Amino acid sequence: MHEYSIVEALMTHIGEQARAHGATAVSRVVVRIGELSGVEPDLLRTAFELVRERTICDAAALEVERIGARWACGDCGRAIQGGGPLRCGACGAPARLIEGDEILLAQLELEVANV
Amino acid sequence: MCETCGCGDPARVPIDVQERILSGNERQAAHNREHLAGHGVLAINLMGSPGAGKTAVLEATARALAGRRLAAIAGDLATDHDAARLRAAGIPSQSITTGSACHLDADLVHRALHHVDLAAVDYLFIENVGNLVCPAVYDLGQAFNVVALAVTEGEDKPLKYPVMFRKADLVLLTKADLVPHLDVDLDAIQANLARVMPEPLAFVVSAKTGQGISLWAEWLEGRKRALAPAGAGAPAHHHHG
Repeated sequence: MHEYSIVEALMTHIGEQARAHGATAVSRVVVRIGELSGVEPDLLRTAFELVRERTICDAAALEVERIGARWACGDCGRAIQGGGPLRCGACGAPARLIEGDEILLAQLELEVANV
Repeated sequence: MCETCGCGDPARVPIDVQERILSGNERQAAHNREHLAGHGVLAINLMGSPGAGKTAVLEATARALAGRRLAAIAGDLATDHDAARLRAAGIPSQSITTGSACHLDADLVHRALHHVDLAAVDYLFIENVGNLVCPAVYDLGQAFNVVALAVTEGEDKPLKYPVMFRKADLVLLTKADLVPHLDVDLDAIQANLARVMPEPLAFVVSAKTGQGISLWAEWLEGRKRALAPAGAGAPAHHHHG
């Protein structure tokens, strides 16, 4: 299960953002995970629960936005339905993945001390 | 924002980030890729289930490409048995013991590359940890991904592991010598590959009988010829601690 190493990389990004903004805590983490990214949202949540303790994310809620796979013809751009052969019905060119392989840190909500 | 009552509670600030979580691995992979290409080395990331026949394919490759300069990096959870087998087959090999990690990443490969004399290598095979899930997520800096799928693994494997097969440039259907003993439909495997690989390409091979190994060797040689010659813009490699 590689979701732990994904969460470790995620924590590095969050730490950088928190330092850059002078945050004292993180209250919300939004990630975008593609259907064909190879990352399982449930396993990611489990890994996050275990890793976040005593970090700046101790009280953070993790939201996972799932992105479905969308294919289109690499030549003519026509949409191609997944599940069948990944070829364009019109021109025969191979399909290209338009979205669905994302592993993104999308948004954060940081707690910044009032001065 | 708690400016209204002056209680001193922290303000909650939303930040739009939109960063790739694996950007660190991607940077390291790009570095490996540049370094390998600079030496004219064709690097293959060989993936597949445990027992798919990855090491056996490489042993057969050593026979088919006798006289070419091969090297390998073999990842395994424990033991260096695979690297030892490859060395016995005449392929100088480094082993990466990953402990509990289920995949290689670009940093592990980078560290192993420091022990490979790339100036003396034409083909580098990175034998990934046996696993059809995790290795697909991590770019290593390879030129091509090759997936070994044994004919004994079931016709629907590509549909069960679409992430791995989508990333494959070539699939080797291994252990073809067993086909007469099995109830396996090779056409069904090919049809399933076409549902997960935009440009499906599969060779039916047997490390034992040598079937299809010459096709695979020709594929490798064709990819090697298409690379820029060694030394063209080779970056001076910096050394890390």
